This record gives sequence, C-alpha cells and structure tokens, in this order.
Amino acid sequence: MHAKRTITAFASLAFSLTLGLSASVAFAQEVIPPVPGEGSTADHSKFKILQQEFKSGPEVTAACLSCHTEADDQVMHSIHFQWEFDNPATGQTLGKSKVINAFCGNVVGNEPRCTSCHAGYGWDDMHSEPPQQSNAVDCLVCHDQSGQYTKLATGAGHPPLGDIPGQPVSGKTITGADAWAVDLMKAAQSVGMPTRENCGQCHFYGGGGDNVKHGDLSSALYDPDIHTDVHMSKDGANMVCSDCHTEESHSWAGSRYLLDAKDTIGTGEPGEHRFSATCESCHGTEPHPVNLMGIKLNDHTDKVACQTCHIPEFARGGIATKTKWDWSTAGRLNEAGQPIAEHNFTQSDGQELHTYLTIKGDFEWGENVTPYYAWFNGAVEYTLPEEEIDPSQVVEINKLLGTPDGADSRIWPFKRMVGRQSYDAGYNKLAYSHVWGPTTDTAFWTNYDWGKAIEAGMRAAGSDYSGEYGFIDTYMYWPITHMVAPAAEAMDCVECHAEDGRLVGLAGVVMPGTNPNSIVGRLGQLLVLLSALGVIGHGLLRLISRGKGGTH
Amino acid sequence: MSKRFVKVYPRFERLWHWTQVLLIFVLMFTGLRVSGVHALIPFGPAVMLHTIAALTLLVVWIFATFWLFTTGTWRQFLPKVEGMLATARYYAYGIFKGEEPPYQKQMLRKHNPLQAATYFGLKWFVFPAIWVSGIIYLTYNFWDSGSDSTFVLEVVRNIHLLAAYVIFAFVIVHVYLLTTGHGFREHVKPMVTGYDCIELTPEQEAYLETNEPGRLKPVTPAE
Repeated sequence: MHAKRTITAFASLAFSLTLGLSASVAFAQEVIPPVPGEGSTADHSKFKILQQEFKSGPEVTAACLSCHTEADDQVMHSIHFQWEFDNPATGQTLGKSKVINAFCGNVVGNEPRCTSCHAGYGWDDMHSEPPQQSNAVDCLVCHDQSGQYTKLATGAGHPPLGDIPGQPVSGKTITGADAWAVDLMKAAQSVGMPTRENCGQCHFYGGGGDNVKHGDLSSALYDPDIHTDVHMSKDGANMVCSDCHTEESHSWAGSRYLLDAKDTIGTGEPGEHRFSATCESCHGTEPHPVNLMGIKLNDHTDKVACQTCHIPEFARGGIATKTKWDWSTAGRLNEAGQPIAEHNFTQSDGQELHTYLTIKGDFEWGENVTPYYAWFNGAVEYTLPEEEIDPSQVVEINKLLGTPDGADSRIWPFKRMVGRQSYDAGYNKLAYSHVWGPTTDTAFWTNYDWGKAIEAGMRAAGSDYSGEYGFIDTYMYWPITHMVAPAAEAMDCVECHAEDGRLVGLAGVVMPGTNPNSIVGRLGQLLVLLSALGVIGHGLLRLISRGKGGTH
Repeated sequence: MSKRFVKVYPRFERLWHWTQVLLIFVLMFTGLRVSGVHALIPFGPAVMLHTIAALTLLVVWIFATFWLFTTGTWRQFLPKVEGMLATARYYAYGIFKGEEPPYQKQMLRKHNPLQAATYFGLKWFVFPAIWVSGIIYLTYNFWDSGSDSTFVLEVVRNIHLLAAYVIFAFVIVHVYLLTTGHGFREHVKPMVTGYDCIELTPEQEAYLETNEPGRLKPVTPAE
C-alpha cells in the first residue's frame, strides 16, 4: 500500500514536471503519511497476550482463541482438520483418513509421520477422531508470517521446539529440511492472512517431497517467474492461494475430490461473493476478447476446460514431479545388507533426484510434463480400501467421472500417476501397509519386510487380511489447475488440431484437422484426383489428335 | 447474321466472378489446412482467414443473387436438356476429331447446355450445401444442446467437406475447359474486358446499334 502510494507520487511528479505546472509540483511533493497496519486494523505484536514465551503450539492457539472465539470451531469443521469428506456426487466418504493413494498409501498405522501435516496438534491415532480440545487447532501453520514456523516431520503436527529459538534441533521439518527450534512468540506476533509460503509448506510437499504428488504444486510457486505461473508470479498478479480458494468460515473452495468442472455462472452478480475456485469465477464464462479469434476460443469453453489450453505442461519452473512409483521393488539391499539409494534423474537445476530407494522402490520423474486428458465432471470415485479389485487390470485409484460430451463435463488435463502398489491377493483389495515406525519390528522402512508391513498395516486399519499379498498396477489422477501460463504462452491450436494431436482418441468432440483422411475426406480427394486425371487424359488426347479437322 | 464483339459480361458480373475466384481460392487453401491436409500456414490464422473469406463470399453472393434476379440473368443458368447430348458427344469425341463445337455463344445464352446444367447443380445444390453447412458449423455454439449436437455437427462437417471437394473438382474442370476451343487467353479475356465475339441476328445487331451502342465494339477493317 505504502509502496504503491510512493510510486503514484513519483509518477505524478514526473508527469507534472513534464507539463511544467508548478502548482501540481507543489501538490505532488506533499508527503503522504504512511497508513499503518497493512491489510489489517490490528498489529498483533501490540497484544499483551502474545508477548509471552510460549512453550507449545497449543499455548499459542489458546491465546489466539481469547479474541478469535469461534475460530477453533470453524477450523474443526473443515477438511483441513477432519481429513474426511462426504462426496455428495458418489456417496463415498473420502479424505486422507479414509483413502489409500498411489503414493505413501495410507495414514492409519503411520500416524505421527503422516499427521505431521495435520492442521492441528497431536493427532496420533486414526482410530479416533482428531483431537477435540479447542487448542488442538494449529493457527500458526496457516497464519504465521514470520517465516520461521514449521512442523516437525514426525511430530503429529507439533512444531520443532528447543531452548534457543532458531538453533538446530534433531529431526526434519515437513518440507524435509533439518529442523530448527521455532520462536513461537515471534510467530504469534507476526500473524496475518495466509500466503503461498503458508499453504506451500504442506501442499507443495505432498507425497513425501517437493512436487511429488500434484505436479502443479511445487516450491517453484513460492516465488515463480511469470512463465511458470501468471497468477502467483510477482511479475504477474502476485496472487496468494486464498485469492482463488475463497473462504467461508475457515472452509475453502476448490477440492480435487469434487471440483466445479464446468462453471456456467462465471463472475456472478456485481459484488457477489462466490464460493468457488474456478477460473470463470474471476474471468467469466466468455473470457476471450470479442474478436475473430476470441469468439472462436469462447466457443471452446463448453467442452474444453480453461486449464487444458492455458496449462500446456505441468511441473514447470524447475521442479520435477514423480510420475511413477513402483513399490514392488522396494526392500532391495546391497551386499553389505545396507539400503540403497540411486539418483538417476537430473532436475533442470542440476539436482540429482532419487530413482531407487530401498524404502520406497523405483521412481520416474518428469519436468514440463504433457498432461493426460479426459472428460471430467469434477467428481472422482475412489477405489476404497474394502472394494474388490481386478488385479489383472490397471486399478484406477480414483476413477474420473464424467461422460464424453456430457452436459456437466469438459476435457480436463491431469497428471496420471503410474503406480505399482501392494494388494491383498487373497481378498483382491488394496492393502494397507505399515511403513513408518522407527521403533516397531514390522514397519517396512525399518525392516524391509512386506509380509510384516502389510499384516501390521491391515491390523492397524482393522481390515481382514488373507495373509497373501501381491502388487498391482494403478493409475491415480490429479487434476492440473495451477501453473497457468501467460496468455501468449497458451497452447497453440495445432497441439490438438492435428493428426497426432493431444486429444487423439477422446470421443464426443468434433476436432477439425485431426483426421484429413476420413471416409468423406478420402471420397472428396478421390473426386478431385479423378477430375485432375480426367482433364489430363482429355488434354493429352487433344494434343495427340491435334491437327485433324477444323480450328475449333 | 454477323459476328460482333458484344459486351456480354457487365462490370458487376466480372467483379463478382473474380472476387469469387479469389475467395474460393482462399477458402480452398485454408479449408484444406483446417481439415489437416496441409500445414503450410498455422491452424488458427487459417480458421480466421477461412471465416473472413466465407463471410465475405456470402455478402458477395447476396449481391449477386439480387443482381441475377433483378436483371433476369438467372435465366442463363436454367438447364436445358436440348443439345446436351450433342455437347457431351462433342467433348467426349468430336473435340479430338477437330469438329466444330455444336454450340455457339448467343447473346441471350452464354452457356452451352452442359455448362448450364453444371452451374444449375452448383448454384442450387453444392453452393447452398456449402454455405448452409458452413453457417451451421460456424454457429455451433448457438444451437449446441449436448451430446446429440456432436453427431449433428459431425454430419454437418462432412457435408461441408464433401461440398468443398466437389467445388475443388469443379474448379479443376472449369479451368481446364478454358483451354479448349479458341484457347485459354481467348476464354479468359471476355471475363476481363467484358466483350466476347457473338453471333448476332440482324435484328439484335440493329437493336444494339440503336439502343445500346456502348455494348458493341465498332467493326474494324481487320475483323
């Protein structure tokens, strides 16, 4: 705000000087006093209750709640805290606490590790609901603006603490960095609205590392260049996550479990608050300018999601994403009986990424990845842990719903994660696995024994286990919606309108340019060919017979 | 009966014809690009150029239709069975023997029966097919109503495609036929200057001399 005013003052000064109007110069040279409190009427460092040496995260939360009386209740109703989502489109109950994914698998049995990203403190048992005492909510993870608050990777949501703030302590943070002692007072006094740094701490590192899971959410988005993300770049709109993921009572619009795949409302009425994270909620339903090109592009929006053209590739900005995870090869040890790590993928920044880890198996990575495209109505149907699967087929962990050309569907881009993961070979269902547990003799990451790890995982989940396990091929789909490129770098028509275009094989859409040799096309070409041959033949005959008869 | 150089193609008709030539060429070139046959220009500009050329041609056609009906020229395009066989026989056989064509351009009948039939088919079936399907294609989003529309659009697209190829074939034969008879230059010239050598009855000649002298070129000694 202050910077903006200064720039305005300078600009108007320059303008006035050019015109040589002394009165304007005098006006522009007036010093405008800075307006205190950027974006807020409260300076939290002035609150007495925040000027104390906090001993734990929950102590800070208790202080927050002394003013923000309803915040804990609001947060506890959100998916960030519940890790549970009732999908009205399918009737399924989803959420981190319920599903098995194609990455680390399941939370149950691996709690303090997986729940390190929980927006609360101390959820260390999936069998019970998240802690219900009001100070179990973690306010700081979203609102800290001191930049030094973090969560311990194995602390069930608690921050790393120590005697001297800022000093290294044992363990890692949720982003994989070496942990330091968090200064809770500094964090508490710094609070503000969430920034990309807040959300990114968890959402950029899902699946165990930078950009491992989503493909379009990586640390590159902390400070992206404009080519990586036109919205989040400082050279672009410099937007934060919650600018699109609008909020109502600590609940956020936009979820990959159920998203608005075809927003026909657009910006809504003037001033209307829309609880929606769609492109259309800002850009409208006819976002392209009304000219020859724009009208044609607007014609596309009924069948093609904005993201399909405007995010030509994901995992941009220099951070690769995992594209394949094969658990079945995990557990291999070297001759000395030690775990192995191979690094055969070089990221564009020169960093070597692991392609084999004894604890996790084989990996493939991709940077600037071409998405997978499918019709999508915004809902996914999970292969839930107790559902019967066909191990001879590739199992879709989350099946994309939507019909070709369906009124509710559009063509969307996805990261299609290729997985090979464990299943119960007797009951033909996905297997839970117990991977993390430094002190147990069943955890896979400690003992490298699938038999024990799966048995322990199934027991932890309370799921019947046949005693036999195997590995199945899986796909898991991640809608691509971040890393929007500047308009000039949107996908060219020919990426799809070509014989080997990106949407080859997708039914329900008429795509000129993809099939020049269709039956009718061939028929037409034959007609033209015959005409050409006909006139050539006719002309030759005339040449040969020339000279006979009259002049005509 | 005498042969005179008569203005048979008024300025509007010549302008109409050459505008059509240009636009149809642009449409064929861009249309083939859009359908994926060649990639000499980028897809997006091809679509836009195709749309502009098509809309321009439609406007030209509206003017031309108006002109055809107000001037009565539309009668030129009515097909006639009489003489058709003789004409067909000429192009299939007689032309190689050096025979005279069975048909001479007349003042009120510029086309031979085969030409008239061809233009009749083009103007009544192929051209309407291509512009009606083109308009339906272009305005897809105004009538789209879900999954049935995709099928309808596919049909419309194929009609458009087929009509386009028929016109392509016509252009080939049309240009080729200009090389027959008096030759290419002689055939193209009237469409440039407007004047063609026509057999006139004494009555027609007298009428033109008296009432429309501007349409007659003076008889030169060389003629």
